[in-house]
Amino acid sequence: MIIQALAFYIFAGITIACGVMVITAKNPVHAVLFLILAFFNAAGLFVLQGAEFLAMLLVIVYVGAVAVLFLFVVMMLDVNFEELRAGFIKYLPIGAAVALVLAAELVMLSIGWKIDPAIVGTTASPTPPPADVHNTRALGQLLYTKYVYLFQGAGMVLLVAMVGAITLTLRQRAGVKKQRISDQLARSSSAEIENVKVRPGEGI
Amino acid sequence: MEIGLAHYLSVAAILFTLGLMGIFLNRKNVIVILMSVELMLLAVNINLVSFSTHLNDLVGQVFAIFVLTVAAAEAAIGLAILVVYYRNRASIAVDQVNMMKG
Repeated sequence: MIIQALAFYIFAGITIACGVMVITAKNPVHAVLFLILAFFNAAGLFVLQGAEFLAMLLVIVYVGAVAVLFLFVVMMLDVNFEELRAGFIKYLPIGAAVALVLAAELVMLSIGWKIDPAIVGTTASPTPPPADVHNTRALGQLLYTKYVYLFQGAGMVLLVAMVGAITLTLRQRAGVKKQRISDQLARSSSAEIENVKVRPGEGI
Repeated sequence: MEIGLAHYLSVAAILFTLGLMGIFLNRKNVIVILMSVELMLLAVNINLVSFSTHLNDLVGQVFAIFVLTVAAAEAAIGLAILVVYYRNRASIAVDQVNMMKG
């Protein structure tokens, strides 16, 4: 139990420290790297709670895809990030005040709040004991049966996002030669080949 | 020292607040704003998983998967819009984005 508490405090502390660094780092590349570290430690928190599949999903999807996408964009855009930080000091007091109030409210709520004993038994889909069915299998058994339509809907969301991202960033530049298969197939030999009568002793 | 639900909820609350503060502090830098939104979604996921564990209900984790899906889609679309905006204006300062109104 002491090891679990120690692991929780390490993961939680690093996650929050990385969150602070994400919003205060001068260089956005550093901010993205701290975001990646925050995701890794949040995955550790998930493992502590027995949600192994979500922890691995967080590492694969967030770190492997989303954070790397951020890294690509930050490195691709040649922006002077110093002048974008202009309002940082100006907005610090109001931002800190709002954040402090919200944090105090949320932490007070989470400490003073108790689960109503009446709802403990009324779970929608109780977690099977981990000794019988491991987390990934249990999630799959729930996701592919009871929530299969929502699962398909999530797939549609990803499809729309993919198509949207491609159509937004695709651009047709003038003056670039590209292969057009339909034009190539539509050419007929009669339009392209010309018979020329060449007399002996003369050129064309 | 027992680590209970309140500990995880407190971590999520602090992370959510950090995301909100990041939006306040970096009002011009849309990349950091998108990263702050990711932090807030991560906090929501921590909340969902904590309740899922402590109420012994697997639906919270299923919902966290859907939140993850939407977060990935949102990041892809947001960054695509950002790239198009940078191509047009050679800057990512979001305080002039309302110039793009039709």
